[in-house]
Amino acid sequence: MQKRLANWGNYPAIASEETSFTQEDQLRTFVSNHKDLIARGNGRCYGDASLGKYSISMLRYDKILQFDTANGILETQAGVTLDQILDIIVPKGWFLPITPGTKFITVGGAVASDVHGKNHHVDGAFSNHIIDMDVITGDGNTITCAPDKNPDLFWATCGGMGLTGVVTRVKFDLKKIETAYIKQTQIKAKNLEDVIRLFEEYKHYTYSMAWIDCLKKGDAFGRSILIVGEHAKPEELTAKQRQAPLTLPAKRKLTVPFNLPSFILNTLTVKIFNWLYYNKNLKREINNVVPYEPFFYPLDAILHWNRGYGKAGFVQYQFVLPLEHKDGLVKILQRISDKGWGSFLAVLKVFGNQDSLISFPMEGYTLALDFPVRKGLFDFLDELDEIVLQYGGRLYLSKDARMKQEVFWKSYPNAEKFAAIVKQYNHNNTFTSLQSERLALTK
Amino acid sequence: MPSVLILGAGSDMAMAIAREYASHQYDIQLAARSGNALVPLQQDLQIRYNVTASVHDFDAAAFDTHAAFFASLPAVPDITICVFGYLGDQEKAQRDWSEAARIIHTNYTGAVSILNIVAEAYAQRGSGLIAGISSVAGERGRMSNYIYGSAKAGFTAYLSGLRNRLFHAGVHVISIQPGFVNTRMTQHLTLPPLLTAQPEAVAKAVYNGIRKKKNVLYVKWHWKYIMLIIRNIPEGIFKKLKL
Repeated sequence: MQKRLANWGNYPAIASEETSFTQEDQLRTFVSNHKDLIARGNGRCYGDASLGKYSISMLRYDKILQFDTANGILETQAGVTLDQILDIIVPKGWFLPITPGTKFITVGGAVASDVHGKNHHVDGAFSNHIIDMDVITGDGNTITCAPDKNPDLFWATCGGMGLTGVVTRVKFDLKKIETAYIKQTQIKAKNLEDVIRLFEEYKHYTYSMAWIDCLKKGDAFGRSILIVGEHAKPEELTAKQRQAPLTLPAKRKLTVPFNLPSFILNTLTVKIFNWLYYNKNLKREINNVVPYEPFFYPLDAILHWNRGYGKAGFVQYQFVLPLEHKDGLVKILQRISDKGWGSFLAVLKVFGNQDSLISFPMEGYTLALDFPVRKGLFDFLDELDEIVLQYGGRLYLSKDARMKQEVFWKSYPNAEKFAAIVKQYNHNNTFTSLQSERLALTK
Repeated sequence: MPSVLILGAGSDMAMAIAREYASHQYDIQLAARSGNALVPLQQDLQIRYNVTASVHDFDAAAFDTHAAFFASLPAVPDITICVFGYLGDQEKAQRDWSEAARIIHTNYTGAVSILNIVAEAYAQRGSGLIAGISSVAGERGRMSNYIYGSAKAGFTAYLSGLRNRLFHAGVHVISIQPGFVNTRMTQHLTLPPLLTAQPEAVAKAVYNGIRKKKNVLYVKWHWKYIMLIIRNIPEGIFKKLKL
């Protein structure tokens, strides 16, 4: 069926022929007989990575195949979303080894984006936890791969944005937990210097990230709230929570029912919001125990929050700079704050080391923030790209909708090698997306 | 635990119905042409809902295997839901008997064959519930799908008669008219969103309809009135339309 598809940023939107399947042989036949396909999960990447002429909806390929509750190993079809997985594993005392800031993504999407979480500096990215997986490549064959089995396919599929084929089955390890709660600490940082120092001071915490106010200038430039946490132990819970430590209290969902007019988000409202957000914490440091949901997925509580940016949509700009280039971070933040186009709060995090072929994370600072689409925005982002390039950083493909191809080829050191592996498995451009064409990764 | 047999368990709608029943702690018997293909769903139901699920080979068109199939089930199910169906290709079926026969046997004769056997067992026992997924296409023949429609019309009439008969034996029969459903069977069609249900919504409606012992269930209420209008268009006008 012809459908109008857009990912989370609502930019860009295209007409695409969507197909779905429930049996692997149906998909293999489809792949063998078509070109210009791209697998699509829950549409939570922000840009144009999973948009193409033909999209393969993975959402009906969503069976849990095996759950080893003794050893914490889960095997699923690739269309299962993380929220479904959490409902199954948390009551049994297990957690996702890695989770991004939304639980509404599929396992296949987690592989294709090689997602990272607040624990990247300790546990690495999702690829670090995969035992093995199946990929249907361009000729319609299913190939099983793992770090020690068809490693070229494995590493080009992790973070490979679906260009090596369709991930159909993934087996990965889980993290043992005793409670469904997080013991968190929030620390206010006066400015950028302060938050960077705090990241270092708190780096032994499993989970860490900071909300940063990108509009503040002067002494309070880069003021932030650092949030760190650990899975709570039963003795850290209240007596009531302890009765069912692995069960969360039920919560109601809010939703943004339609696209808000874009003028609602302007420099003033964002400044007010940021002021409220920063000053809601009266004390410098707050320690408390919270359910895992608001800790990991604060925005999931508001369904369709992306509609808050209006019909024109938004792009999320996420880059990483090597640790030694804090000055690059300052430079970019200054540009963003001078421009005043960024919205709400931005997320700052320090990545740990990661050896990978094409995944986004590398040791350094990563900053992510939203920009509503407007006239002149892409020129401005091109200028930021230049600074990112200059300091040896790169952009996250899952967020990207507009990077120029030379930026990609210059910033990803293994781009050539990745493209060569893609060519080998992606016979005759079976798999292409708007992004792969824009970045000249296919065709 | 109560149990439910799902005939034609490979479709999107059937999978959703299986999950709905499993979420209410029913044991699930899954039957389709290739039982093997249902193993992932079987695992999924057991892991997600902590129920027992079994898989069984069942071919709607292999009439002479139906009695043995039903006898081989781990238990006589409390509820039998007949979900299988085949939309087929109308134009091909007009010329090619094998396509027409497949449509008729899957949607009508095959269903009659297996449900006759289930009905006998339930009537003898004096309890049980049979649900048949028919189609609004069976309410009036239209040029675009009258071979499928006529088979479903036969099935609807069969269910109505069976309901009448089994009422006196303490067995309930429900006919379900889903209307358009967003599934693999219809993915090549452009369907009006307001009239199109998701498989999960159909599954919920089926579960609630069965629990409330409805006789005829339209999943989306609009369909009841749309079909009322369509049934009442005078034939002289209807035949001139291109529907």
